[in-house]
Amino acid sequence: MRKYAQVLLIIPFIGMCVLLPIANRIEPYILGMPFLLFWLVLWMVLSSLVLFIVYKLDPTNEGSEYE
Amino acid sequence: MNSALIIIFITAAIALFLGIRASRGKEMNINEFAVGNKRFGTLIVFLLIAGEVYTTFTFLGGSGWAYSKGAAAYYVPAYICLAYVLSYWMIPKIWRFAKKHNVISQPQYFMKNYNSKALGVVVAFIGLIALIPYIVIQLKGLGIIVSESSYGTISPFMASTIGAVIVTIYVTISGIHGSAWNAVLKDIMILFVIVFLGIYIPYHYFGGIKPLFEAIENVKPEALTFASEGYSQSWFISTIILNAFGFYLLPQSFSVVLTAKSERALKKNAITLPLYTILILFAFFIGFSAIIQVPGLQGADGDLSLLRLTMQTFDPWFVGIVGGAGLLTALVPVSVMVMSGAVGLMTGFYTLLRPNSSDRQQLLVSKLLVIFIIVTAYVFSIIGGKALAILNIMSYGLITQLVPAMIFGFFQTKFMNTYGAITGIVTGVSIVLFNAVTSFKLADIFPNIPSIINDINIGFVAIAVNILVAVGVSLATNSLDTRKSPNMAEEFIK
Repeated sequence: MRKYAQVLLIIPFIGMCVLLPIANRIEPYILGMPFLLFWLVLWMVLSSLVLFIVYKLDPTNEGSEYE
Repeated sequence: MNSALIIIFITAAIALFLGIRASRGKEMNINEFAVGNKRFGTLIVFLLIAGEVYTTFTFLGGSGWAYSKGAAAYYVPAYICLAYVLSYWMIPKIWRFAKKHNVISQPQYFMKNYNSKALGVVVAFIGLIALIPYIVIQLKGLGIIVSESSYGTISPFMASTIGAVIVTIYVTISGIHGSAWNAVLKDIMILFVIVFLGIYIPYHYFGGIKPLFEAIENVKPEALTFASEGYSQSWFISTIILNAFGFYLLPQSFSVVLTAKSERALKKNAITLPLYTILILFAFFIGFSAIIQVPGLQGADGDLSLLRLTMQTFDPWFVGIVGGAGLLTALVPVSVMVMSGAVGLMTGFYTLLRPNSSDRQQLLVSKLLVIFIIVTAYVFSIIGGKALAILNIMSYGLITQLVPAMIFGFFQTKFMNTYGAITGIVTGVSIVLFNAVTSFKLADIFPNIPSIINDINIGFVAIAVNILVAVGVSLATNSLDTRKSPNMAEEFIK
């Protein structure tokens, strides 16, 4: 299963593109930012998190770095 | 001589010194020159990749777009972030192939992957026409930054000239190493400047980030969301996906990938880089602040919003630091661009003409091409012209036409061969160029389509046609040429 961890990389694309229509608004303000801007920033943080998870799951990252 | 000018000059001198010194103790050969012998660690690769993002665009364009176009500016961090996400899947494949086949440039990658010299030439040519406008914009941006922050003491023309000379000297001496050393200095400076300005200015003028946006909401609420037409959601989505795929195909980003010493260095960077993208936010805060504080900048002058606001707010010595950081944000990317462009041309054309050329000849030719490219860009930056602005808008549209050939190239497949790749790329590029000249919209062809489709980035449309043509031609010509590169597939299966 862990071989397919990279499929998770689609999640940020869903967040920024597919879910965009629900985020295209000013209210509510979060962390001082209009909602649209907050939403995109949130996905930058989540992208990083998704990549971290994929990296940990990815079996090719185990063992020595250099072959 | 004012204090701003002194600080800018000191920065320029340090950049030149670091750039030259970077090659000390290195035996310079073409591999060392182009990709640092593929020995760069995680941090340097990080700074070089980030360096390609935090260009003069962050300074001028990021704040300028927020100023003049509002939320449309968000496309920049969005596509860069998605490019990093995608890179985790895409980049290790490219790196692995390049490592195994000793590839040092993008045209060479395609040439060896498809075992086709013609494809190498096509890729080298497209890389060049996508690159030149980029370099010109950086040189122009450099001129504006230095001229403004020296309070007009140095003319933009003079500043671009000095910048071009510095880059030429250190690239011809140190190659990618000069860029790497300066990338360190540059990122420290821009990090400090952009975060400081992005926080200080909203607090100074508005009392915080939220009050800033509330003030914008009062005078210009349409700046905070996507429009229903033009810079609409469908424009945003199609553009960020297109650019995300194109990002690592820009010759300069591609070269940086090849410098990495391990696959894992690239993957680790993919994790942290999206967070680094958030920095662009601070440039937006400045641009939004300028909407209220320095209103009335029309058209391209919107790009001056950051500098104008800085000069209105701070003493000359600090303006000098901003100017110095701005100078570096032009020098580092330009140096990688001319280097990757030159090596691309060398591997694309010169090695075709002289297949048995020695390493020293290749290095010399690359250095001459560095000078050729920078002089070309410099001349364009002076005479300007509309054709160039058009090309710049289309840079991503052009370069992404290589995406299908690259991705199909990861797999052993009958759907893509050399003939298909070339016809597909040429078709896609033609559509993009034709659009650049005539600026047609889909509505001109299909009058009744809704704006949600009409706003789709033309590059996206071109790539769809590109794939159709490429696959069609490949299937039709497979009897002539089944893909001659079986060496790819086994490497990608793991």
